[in-house]
This record gives sequence, structure tokens and C-alpha cells, in this order.
Amino acid sequence: MGVIRVNDLGKAYKTYASQWSRLAEWLIPFGKPRHHPHWVLQDINFSIGAGEAVGIVGSNGAGKSTLLKIITGTVRPSCGSVALEGRVAAMLELGMGFHPDFTGRQNVMMGGQLLGLSVSEIQALMPQIEDFAEIGDYIDQPVRTYSSGMQMRLAFSVATARRPDILIVDEALSVGDAYFQHKSFDRIRQFRMAGTTLLIVSHDRYAIQTVCDRAILLDAGRMRMEGDPVQVLDYYNALMAERDHQHIRRVTQPDGSVATISGTGEASITGVRMTDTRGQTLQSIETGQAVRLEVRIKAHVAVDRVVLGFMITDRLGLCVYGINTHRLEQPITNMAADEEATICFDFPARLGKGSYAVALSLSREDSHIDKNYEWRDKALMLHVFNTRQENFVGCNWLDAKVSIERAIPVNQSQADMPA
Amino acid sequence: MTRALWNYRGFIFGSVKREFQARYRNSLLGAAWTILQPLAMITVYTVVFSELMRAKLPGIDRAYAYSVFLCAGLLTWGLFAEILQRGQNVFLENGNLIKKLNFPRICLPIITVINALVNFGITFTLFVLFLLVSHSFPGMVALCTLPVLFIQIALAAGIGTVAGVLNVFFRDVGQFIGILLQFWFWFTPIVYSVATLPAWARSWIGLNPATTLAQAYQTIYVYGKAPDWHGLWHVAVLAAVFCVLALILFRRHAGDMVDEL
Repeated sequence: MGVIRVNDLGKAYKTYASQWSRLAEWLIPFGKPRHHPHWVLQDINFSIGAGEAVGIVGSNGAGKSTLLKIITGTVRPSCGSVALEGRVAAMLELGMGFHPDFTGRQNVMMGGQLLGLSVSEIQALMPQIEDFAEIGDYIDQPVRTYSSGMQMRLAFSVATARRPDILIVDEALSVGDAYFQHKSFDRIRQFRMAGTTLLIVSHDRYAIQTVCDRAILLDAGRMRMEGDPVQVLDYYNALMAERDHQHIRRVTQPDGSVATISGTGEASITGVRMTDTRGQTLQSIETGQAVRLEVRIKAHVAVDRVVLGFMITDRLGLCVYGINTHRLEQPITNMAADEEATICFDFPARLGKGSYAVALSLSREDSHIDKNYEWRDKALMLHVFNTRQENFVGCNWLDAKVSIERAIPVNQSQADMPA
Repeated sequence: MTRALWNYRGFIFGSVKREFQARYRNSLLGAAWTILQPLAMITVYTVVFSELMRAKLPGIDRAYAYSVFLCAGLLTWGLFAEILQRGQNVFLENGNLIKKLNFPRICLPIITVINALVNFGITFTLFVLFLLVSHSFPGMVALCTLPVLFIQIALAAGIGTVAGVLNVFFRDVGQFIGILLQFWFWFTPIVYSVATLPAWARSWIGLNPATTLAQAYQTIYVYGKAPDWHGLWHVAVLAAVFCVLALILFRRHAGDMVDEL
């Protein structure tokens, strides 16, 4: 149960020069085909085991949604095959085909029936669906009066009313507000723990990193990469930047993880280290310790503006802190060819215990997407220990102070008095 | 396919019910409109043709005879036209559903047919009540309506589904069906009797399968006789041809359909 197997899958849309040539193809028997296949997916091969969570990433038009539609069976593949085992619940796009004139309740009925539930089962699940969607009295209003967020809430509640063996979610979830996104991800996590196989498409890096075991990168209809979500997402990020003729290098770090370096190379990072206030290189950091991040850069040709940024991410790839010299209002202007510079960031390492990665970006503007000289994932690994501060949980040491004021009722204190 | 349909019976009947409810959701008179619509049409035709134009049915001099004649043809034509009209649009109309969910698409034309049957059932029941009250109910021969109705539904569903599939790829088909229905209605002896036509026109009109069907109903309800089964046999074969054609077209193009919606 819950297995997805995709074999040599491909999808081509037929394009005709005009409607007349389509008519000719239909009517003339044994005639030559008059359409050109337009391939949107080719050579897709992967399999997902029971209970696994896999994310599909890729830029717009890479074929992600088409792939999900083929897997759920709404779109027929041109070649190859898909095998699914178990009950599938899918949320493709918004609203899962709600009828605008029917009420929410009627649509829940219809959606449930289309998912293969019986009327009595849906009626039994109805209170729970209403409860989860939290749309109140709107449940008895026509769906056309709903906001997109409300439609998404209801659709998600119906699709996940009963735990499916396979849950397929397109970007639908990005519509909801933060509260509902949180709630729906909680439910997805619960399902995962209970053994549901998950396949999601998202542009939200954090959603994929926190939920998925594996990620697949689609680029122009082909599988470009498959593997650990952090690595795939780093590669994807780099790929996005590659659009303006950049190079991508993947370097295996001493600890076995893989870092991605990309950029146009007009300027590059030549060295990076973490030191204490006296300039001693640190192998590990104490929570709250004052540290200095020292980065050396070099311009290989004359560049008019250079911004250096760093980002600290935790074990799951979630960003803990990031800043750059543009936002700190100290960009370097007019670097000559072969000029070198050393940039230091001083800050107290208010981090919880664990390991963190530092990514560096060297670009012209605020964002590395625009003009990226160099982007370096995992340029440095930080190992943080907490031996001096109180033993807190989480990745951020907020240094909370406590004060307590007690108000003990008089009679209460007398009653408690020993006789 | 029948198995898939059986599994989705809940969805089919649920959809019929919801569509019926949704149609009159924001109206005050609700389902009464299902009756008012054909009632108005029958009144208009009765007044115009039988009172103003003094159209008489040859050989019959009963009161209401023309109204009965009209109802027999018009109500059943209404069923035929509704299945055809909705059928040609069924895949486009439900494009939203087809693109997002995986279910047997053949459910959709079936829902259309059942929906039309529900509306027809209401008006036809009223018609039968009217016949009973006015003591002009033909008796047991009325049972002959069922096979005729079956042939008519099969014909409408066949043509409707063929048009429905074609309409996804060539939107011209939908436009064409609208025009076709206009002409078809007036080239079928529903508001007039074939007996009033010149001989040359009569032979042409006789080629129209809808003529055979309309005349069958009129024979049953106006003359109280069994219809001409021989003529209906031809229509039944035609209906079967369209149904098979519809299935072939549907099977072959259901996959491409999603890409075009």
C-alpha cells in the first residue's frame, strides 16, 4: 500500500497548424499525422516507497503539475506508465473542482463521492470536515461566494478527511494563510507518521525541506536530479542563477555533504573563517560567544558594485539569520581587477546547540538572483555547544529573564497551615 | 465500464440531485418553473395554432384534441432537445472537474440524461394527470410510450455525446447544434400535422427520424393506438449506430480531451 511507481513516463501535447489540419487528421483514414508533438515531460523514472515523502521542485513550466496530473490519472501520458497502490487523495490546484453554484456542504458531498466515499461515510465525516475547515456558516453558502483561501481550506479538509495511503498535493497549500498552512502541515505530518506516502509540489523551500525525505528536480520536462532535499534545493537555486550563464560546481565537503558553488565568477570568495574577538580561528562556538565571520574576496575583472551576504541555516536548512553588506549599507563600490578585500561581520553567536551551515553570496545587488558573482552553499559549518548558558531548547538564545510575583489568598494560606 | 459506473452511482445520483436543487436555488417559485416553462409554451401554441389559425386535426373533433396532440410531441421533443443541448456541452461545462479529478468521464453524459429525464418526468406526469382528469387517457396502450421513449433517449444521448466529444476539439459543433435544433423542430410535425402538408413535403419530412418518434407519441395519445413499430425499428437502428459511434469517439479521444479543456 502507498507505493508509486513511474516508468519511462512522457507527455506530449499535440499542436496543429490550424483547426483544419486537425479535422483532416481525424477524417482522412490512414493519412500521415498532421500534428507536431510538443514534449512537456520526457524520461521520467522514479518510485516512491510506502510512507516516503517526496517533493518535486522546478521552475514554472518545468512540468511539475502535469506530472502530478498524470500520476493522479486526470491527464493521460503519451508513453510510459504509472502504478499506484492504495487509496489516493489528490489536491491539484485550487478547490478540487468545486462547483461554484453548489453550497460548500453539497460540494463536500460531491468531492467525497468522487473520492470514493459513500453518502453515510461523508455524513459521518461532515462535522470533522466543517471543524477542520473553520469556515463557519459559509458551509451552507454557494462556493462562488468563497475567498480562494476558504475554498482551499474546504478542499483540503475534504481531501484529507480520511487518511489516504497516498496524498498528492500541488501548490494549493500556498494559498492559505499562515495559520491554516501550519494546521495543514500538521495534518500532513500526522499522516506521514501513520504511514501515508506523500508527494508534493512546492516553491516553498522550507515546506519541502521540513516535510520531505527526498526531492526531485524537474527542469524543462526532464528529471535533472533526485536525492536529499537540501542538496536538490541548493542545486535548484544554483540552476536558477545559471540562467545568466553561470557555472555550477558541486564540491564534497570533508564531512561528506555536498556543497554547491555557482556564479558568473567576475568576483569570487577566496577564503572564509570564523574567529573569536582576538582573531583565533574557532572550531566550535559557545552559545552567546562574540564571534567574527571573516570573508576574503577577490575581483577578477573591474566591477562597479559588490555586496557580500551570509546566511546561517540550521540542520533542516531553515534560515536562522541572514544579512548582507547592502542591507548594512556598506556595499563595496568600484573594485579594480585583481583587487582583494576582507570583510568581517561581528556578532554574538546567540545560537542553540547543534550544527549550522553558513552560506555566502557575492552579488551586485541585494538579491543573488539578479547578478550573482558567486553563491556558495555550506561555505562553513558551525558547531555550537552550550556549556555556559542555561539549558534551553531551540536554535535561538533569546536570553529570557524570569520574574515571579505571587498573590496567595489569605484564607487559603490559613487553611493550608498545619493545625 | 459498467463496473466503474456502478462504483460511482453515488456521485451520479448525487449530482442529479444537486443540479436539480441548484437550478432553483435562488428562485422563489423553485421547482414550479419546471412546470411553468412547458405550460407557457403549450398555451402559446394552443392559442396560436388551434384558436387563431384554426388548425384542426383531420378526423378528430374532440375538445383539447389539439392540445393533447401538441403535448405528446412537444414534451417529448423537449426531452430530446435538452439531452442534445446539454450533451454537446457536457465536457466543456465540467472541464473544471475533469482537469482536477480522476473519475470515469462517462458519468457526465449519463448525469445529463438522468437530469433531463427528471425534468421530463415532472412535466409528463402532469400531462398524464391532465389526460386522466379530462377522460382522454388512452389506457393500456400508453405503455407503448416506454419503448419509444427508450429509442428517443438513446438517439439523443448518442448524438449528444458525439457532439459533446467533438465540441471539445471543434467549438463549431456547439454553435451548429443550436441551429440544427431550430430547424429540426420545425421540420418535425410537432405543432402541425403531416396531413396538412403538401404531398412532396410529406415524403421529405418522413425521412426525419424525429417525425417517426413524434408521430408515435401522437398515435398513442391522440388516436389511442399502438405506434408504427416498423418505422420505429429504423430509428432504433440509427440510435444504436450513434451510441456505438459515441462510444468509439469517446474511447479514442477521452485522453486528448483533458489537454484541450
